[in-house]
Amino acid sequence: MKIPLSWLKDYVDITISPAALAERLTLAGLEVESATQIGELWDRDKLFVGRILSVTQHPDADRLVLARVAYGAAEPLTVVTGAPNLYPFVGRDLSGGHGPKVAFAVAGARLVDGHSAERRIARLKPGKIRGIQSAGMVCSEKELDLSDEHEGILILPDDAPVGVPLIDYMGDTVFTFDIKGAFGHLQSVVGIAREIAALTDQPLRRDALTILDRQPVAIVPDADFTGIVIEDPDLCLRYSAALIEGLTVSPSPLWMQQRLQRAGMRPINNVVDVTNYVMLELGQPLHAFDYDLLRARAGTQTPGFSEKPGVSDRPTIIMRRAHPGEHLTTLDDVDRALDPDMLMITDTAGAIAVAGVMGGADTEVHDDTTTVLLESANFNFLSIRRTSQLLKLSSEAASRFGKQVDPELTVRALARAGQLLAELAGGTVRPVYGDIYPGKPAPRQIDLNPDYVNRILGIEIPAAEMVRILEALEFQVDGKLVNWDTGKLGSRQDGESTNLPIYQSTNLFVTVPSHRQDVNIPADLAEEIGRVYGYDRLPITLMEDELPPQRRNVALEGEEKVRDILVGAGLDEVITYSMINIVDEGRLRADKATPDPADYVHVLNPLTVDRAHLRRTLLPGLLNTARANLRFLDRVAIFEVGRVFTPRPGETLPAEPRRLAALLVGPREPTTWLAHDNEPLGFFDLKGIVEALIGRLSLPDVTWERGEHPAMHPGRTARLSVAGAEVGAVGELHPIVRAAFDLPEETPVAVLELGLDALLAPWGAAIPMTDISTQPAVYEDLAVVVDEGIPAIQVAALIRQTGGKQLADVQLFDIYRGKQIPAGKKSLAYALTFQAADRTLTDQDTSKLRARIVRRLEQELGATLRA
Amino acid sequence: MHEELSRLQAEALAALADAADAAGLEAWRVRYLGRKGALTDTMKLLGTLPREARPAYGQAANEVKNALEAAFAERQEALKAAALQVELTGAALDVTLPGRLPALGHLHITTQTLRQFYAIFAEMGFQVYDAPDVETDEYNFGLLNMPPYHPARDMWDTFWVTQGSPDLSEKPTSARELVLRTHTSPGQIRVMRERCPEPIRVILPGKCYRYEQITARSEHQFYQVEGLAVGKGIRLTDLVGTLQQFARRMYGAGRRLRVRGSYFPFTEPSIEADMDCILCGGEGCGVCKYSGWLEIAGAGMVHPTVLRNGGYDPELYSGFAFGFGVERPALMKYDIHDIRYFYGNDLRFLGQFG
Repeated sequence: MKIPLSWLKDYVDITISPAALAERLTLAGLEVESATQIGELWDRDKLFVGRILSVTQHPDADRLVLARVAYGAAEPLTVVTGAPNLYPFVGRDLSGGHGPKVAFAVAGARLVDGHSAERRIARLKPGKIRGIQSAGMVCSEKELDLSDEHEGILILPDDAPVGVPLIDYMGDTVFTFDIKGAFGHLQSVVGIAREIAALTDQPLRRDALTILDRQPVAIVPDADFTGIVIEDPDLCLRYSAALIEGLTVSPSPLWMQQRLQRAGMRPINNVVDVTNYVMLELGQPLHAFDYDLLRARAGTQTPGFSEKPGVSDRPTIIMRRAHPGEHLTTLDDVDRALDPDMLMITDTAGAIAVAGVMGGADTEVHDDTTTVLLESANFNFLSIRRTSQLLKLSSEAASRFGKQVDPELTVRALARAGQLLAELAGGTVRPVYGDIYPGKPAPRQIDLNPDYVNRILGIEIPAAEMVRILEALEFQVDGKLVNWDTGKLGSRQDGESTNLPIYQSTNLFVTVPSHRQDVNIPADLAEEIGRVYGYDRLPITLMEDELPPQRRNVALEGEEKVRDILVGAGLDEVITYSMINIVDEGRLRADKATPDPADYVHVLNPLTVDRAHLRRTLLPGLLNTARANLRFLDRVAIFEVGRVFTPRPGETLPAEPRRLAALLVGPREPTTWLAHDNEPLGFFDLKGIVEALIGRLSLPDVTWERGEHPAMHPGRTARLSVAGAEVGAVGELHPIVRAAFDLPEETPVAVLELGLDALLAPWGAAIPMTDISTQPAVYEDLAVVVDEGIPAIQVAALIRQTGGKQLADVQLFDIYRGKQIPAGKKSLAYALTFQAADRTLTDQDTSKLRARIVRRLEQELGATLRA
Repeated sequence: MHEELSRLQAEALAALADAADAAGLEAWRVRYLGRKGALTDTMKLLGTLPREARPAYGQAANEVKNALEAAFAERQEALKAAALQVELTGAALDVTLPGRLPALGHLHITTQTLRQFYAIFAEMGFQVYDAPDVETDEYNFGLLNMPPYHPARDMWDTFWVTQGSPDLSEKPTSARELVLRTHTSPGQIRVMRERCPEPIRVILPGKCYRYEQITARSEHQFYQVEGLAVGKGIRLTDLVGTLQQFARRMYGAGRRLRVRGSYFPFTEPSIEADMDCILCGGEGCGVCKYSGWLEIAGAGMVHPTVLRNGGYDPELYSGFAFGFGVERPALMKYDIHDIRYFYGNDLRFLGQFG
């Protein structure tokens, strides 16, 4: 919200610089986002309010005139100008102060070049124009840096004081406020002025109070001019309306246009501008209906309607919920379909406005309007917000009504608008009004214990100071048992001045003013006291409170350990988006089956189709990340730990299991002068990383089996189980899937996706250490030939089982196929380590064990010993 | 006979000079000093000499032997020294060549920042509590003192979600029940309801989502760390102290904190904490928009309604809560000018941080 400082000064004396004021307001919670200075360039001794004494034709140029300008100096100056809006004054008698007032610049003034497309600033130099000396300049808005207007010069109001520096007459600072939350009381000039008054220890000015409290023009209730019926008082808390006649619609005066513009609104005409002005000033949105149009609508409902006013065509304004199927064309010429929870302003002929949001086109004020019905109402703020959101229709009025407007303002705002319309729109004003107020809130009183405030804030603020702050904010405080000398609350002691007020209670009874709809509980008052007292004055403490029971977060510890191990294994961690395109998950299926939308959590208002679902797998994120990085790198080794989302029918929330996914693609080692291993990373590289992970996590009962996964190569996929539970798949990407993600052809892409919760379920149990034998070990090799189809793990397991305790280690060191080995067979060579815990094994011991191993391999796996 | 010895000695010394390596040296030793070597042969002649000539010959032969052994040792040393010299000169490396890198992985910069949060707050007794990404409207808004259509909801542009295929007849906003959490605050209610009536000190980290177009300055997915302390004597000044401790641990010992009033529906009073700009030290620069201050956290005393919704009686308990952005410390620390780097996952970016 934008407010010019000059407007605020109508209601409060500003005793500190704009910068200091901005800081004080910001610290107290009314954030000043920016302060823009108007008239930054206007040197006090170079630009003045001037008056034109005469305008004469330039002797040598048809389009130039000579203007003599008085500006407070002893001698007027003559300037040459081409301003078309001075032509009508040529030769006219401007004596006696009838000449137009202008912004006058003398030599050396900083002005914006009126003829340049960009904003170029230059100092004014006097010179000859077509042979005539021009001693200064009468300025356009553009030259004054006010707007881009350069058609003619700026004509100032007749009451502009000649000779006053322009900066004093028109200079200003415009504050832009960031008003958060439901603070209706800050949505107006008076509201902000009240805040400034409290924060700078100044009173609100009397004329502002007049507007608020004394109703500057007398207006009287008159039930005859219009009927007001509130059918839905839960949505319409108050409806006030005034009839204003004899208006002439015309442009507003400069001062009002300027204030509206500086506050960010576009001037339209005096009637509309006054409604906007009062809304900005007091925070009460107003709406003007053309009364004659209302009357005509009422007449159509009445047999024998005549053009003359009479009881038969008295409009009746009815506030009710929209009827099913009801429509209204709003001021922006859009036909709006309404729903039965929207509050409408209607008359006997139908809807005339969407309450609090926008008026209807049928009853709009137009250039020939002479009589208006001015609406000043108060609505349920949540209802207004609902309507505005559902209609996707925002307006200044809806924005204010959506933040709790003071219901006491309606008649005051009518009075203020009546005063301004009388002043600015001419004619005769016959102010009459109606006022129906079913939603008058009960007075809110809060019992405030000063100790509570101090306990919450952590500081000792004297109760007297609390009272001062609350009263400055227009809260009414009773029960002030305050010793004004010490600021302490308490009962009167003997010997103390009898002038002290005496109360029995230590509580303050605080009555909340009607403009503070946001204040309801003691904590709200604690905030008011804290922010006005100044948070910068608070001491800094550390908690003295009891330390809560301390708990481990095993899930997080495990997750972080997994990250550390994988980073240690050379993988980069990535974090991808939770919102994905379901098509990407479809691309993960080599069988090209379409994912079932029922299996997904859907985003109802997605940013784009690429973010319309929540992921069920981390793999597409990794594959897309790999593809993007392979444009610049030849090797990608990444992992992600994150949540996926699966619907749980019958449950409120979907499941969010944690997953671990990893991907390897590219040469095993980056090519350097030392290494030229261009072998691509593949299944065994990734499996090795998983084995390292399992080893570092000391996971028990790990099983690797041939597995299946829709995204993976059918012959190169392993299923991993830990402690009897399946945790996921490790494999190479299926060529069809690889192509679907535009990954390079003929290069394996090793991927895995594991359930992190299943993987980590057995983690953390302490596994007792294994004693290290000091006995000598015997090393032997064993090569056996088995059928190609027998998994290596089966051979090793049988060797281990047979060797028992004395077989300390089994390592596969070679696989051979080829000459000397029959087709369909493979030779597996193992290094065996025999070692006993308690004695030296003899040759006899080991050859016996070895023979037993060979025999079982022969019998159970059909193996033959390789010569 | 003595000439024979002299000749042998001369011949052996000449041959020793030709022994160029360890093998040559060993061959020479066998040939002249070995058990079947030339010197042994000359000693065998001793028996053929007259008795009186034997001592002199023996002594002469011994002298030759000693001389040859000494020469051998000397030659051996010389050859070792030469070999060492060769090794030292010949095997010089260009030490400016790049080394052999072990495989290097990197933690995501967000994980690194989160861990800093965990560590700093753990020391102050705050432990990590996890809450879901998908939340009900009630937890994300309602229980945090924002009934439907409450104006404060405008502070968070919300993604609405639904389990399974959406009902194609578009529901009005009021009927939507599930959201992607717009902030980590709903976790406050979850932890309070789980722990009540214990005192609480937790931080709640996690991914949050807001309906915002992705630009250099805004993302639709980001991380927050929420903090919550509940107890019987928690004060606003404790909150300020805690935030100041954090700022000094995270950003450096001398950091100054500024507290100003603010508004959040779930805290009362509400504050925002600014820190003196880490780039300009408060002088004013582009990073702090010439204010000298950087906003680091929104915070406040837990609203009595929120305490009550969590099961705590606001007459007996008070609490504070705060919320930090997680990307922001890294943005400031590393002068990252585009937030899209975080979840764009360009490895050339992620590889720059430890």
